[in-house]
Amino acid sequence: MSVAGVVGGVVQPLVVVAGSPFLVGVMRQVRARLEGRAGAGIGQPWRDLRKLFGKEPITPRGTSEVFRLAPMVLVATTLVVAVVVPFVTTDSALDPVADLFAVVALLAAGTVALALAGLDTGTAFGGMGASREMTIIALVEPTLLVAIFALSVRVGSTNLAAIVSSTLHDPSRVISPVSLLAAVALTVVIVAENGRLPVDNPSTHLELTMVHEAMVLEYAGPDLALVELASAMRLSVFLGLLANLFVPWGIATTAAPLAVLGGVIAVAVKVTVLGGLLAAGEVFLAKLRLFRVPELLAGSFLLALLAVAASFFLA
Amino acid sequence: MSDGTYVQLLDLACGGLLLTAVLVLWRRELAVIIGVFAAQGIALATLVGVLAAHEGSAEVGGVAVGILVLRAGILPWLLHRALAKAGPARRETRPVVNVAASLLAAALLTLLSYAVSQPLVALEPSTATRAIPVGVTVVLIGFFVLVTRRRALSQLVGFLLMDNGITTVGFLTTAGIGLIVELGVSLDVLLAVLVLRILASRMRETFGDTDLDELRELHD
Repeated sequence: MSVAGVVGGVVQPLVVVAGSPFLVGVMRQVRARLEGRAGAGIGQPWRDLRKLFGKEPITPRGTSEVFRLAPMVLVATTLVVAVVVPFVTTDSALDPVADLFAVVALLAAGTVALALAGLDTGTAFGGMGASREMTIIALVEPTLLVAIFALSVRVGSTNLAAIVSSTLHDPSRVISPVSLLAAVALTVVIVAENGRLPVDNPSTHLELTMVHEAMVLEYAGPDLALVELASAMRLSVFLGLLANLFVPWGIATTAAPLAVLGGVIAVAVKVTVLGGLLAAGEVFLAKLRLFRVPELLAGSFLLALLAVAASFFLA
Repeated sequence: MSDGTYVQLLDLACGGLLLTAVLVLWRRELAVIIGVFAAQGIALATLVGVLAAHEGSAEVGGVAVGILVLRAGILPWLLHRALAKAGPARRETRPVVNVAASLLAAALLTLLSYAVSQPLVALEPSTATRAIPVGVTVVLIGFFVLVTRRRALSQLVGFLLMDNGITTVGFLTTAGIGLIVELGVSLDVLLAVLVLRILASRMRETFGDTDLDELRELHD
């Protein structure tokens, strides 16, 4: 465990927790402006969270501990990922956990906790949302693993920090068919996993279309605030992972204060730009029918597999 | 051209070939499929151009320009004209194998092509020959499109995809088949497309559709 790793492990969760509601705010503002609305400003998600945290905790009658613990599990798993994945510094505070498989499993554990909570309420919407979420995650996880695996083949390690620092040392690897195919596959997967258009519409409560919203319909007060915060954090963690796996420049390699500051600014700028692009793209997309979603994910799985194949036959 | 950029450009062109072949399987709108086919033509021309620059051969460079004009210009233009005449049937609505399954089939075809082209690569390992599996994959995916699609136009694109793959393998293995051979092949492809276009328009006039599965009986 190096000094840079410890500094990163402290700074990264703070940046992710503080910054992710602003990321959601920026994305909503971009959408609003492109749709000709004024928008609520980028601070609105934080104001909503403050309001929700100040409310009395309340849970529906008949729900069990599964329902009460799910928001905590969701936030906790995302926080662990935010601590270990190389966002600000290339060294990781807990190097063995910064492994591809561990990170993907942690993120999946949070999703499963939320789906169980959706089932626990016993309402029609909760169960429907949970079943849809499981359909999507069953197709997303293998793609996510295979896409990052394609990048780890040439490094010879599934450690995310090792992948990032090897790209940093050999920038020419960024422009290769392996990166190209894996980047397209990862983008599709991130869109699906975070419930953005065209897989899920994050801004509606329309029962025919919703996935994520259906599961969290019964939450109120501080629990809802935790769920909202966690989903914002997951979005920034995924976008940060995408940014640093393919464009790692600006990341701090030492624990010097200036380097760490540069790393924070670099990751914030990259994630904001990616989020803005995602939001701008969403304006032009319509939601896909649920039965067409497996087609989209099968396509991204194929691209990820081709990336792995290409890393072997074009090597 | 330095060795590093040569390898990178060659690999990028091969990645473009793979990506466009998959997109043809993925998308349903015939207009988009034709656009993707044109993009593949550009990728193929880039590949040949990179090989020509690497070997400093003006003849192969000429072939690259010819490929660009034919496969990214003339053939997509002909297909677009055929599509414009085809009337309302703009989408591949019911492929024999559904899109998700055909994408997974394409994954298997990729692995298969990698397995079968190993002996070919082992004959003379170099950057160009290592990309042979990509060409074989494009051939197999083209064949898959040809047998599983119902619209005449998307079957035609499948046929052209196969031809793109064959050309890719040809250039990667021999580094320049020679101007005359390539000219003959290109002329053949152009003729095939012209004939199939006329055939498709006749079919539509007679039956009102180009769905080949509807053609079960003989008429006089």
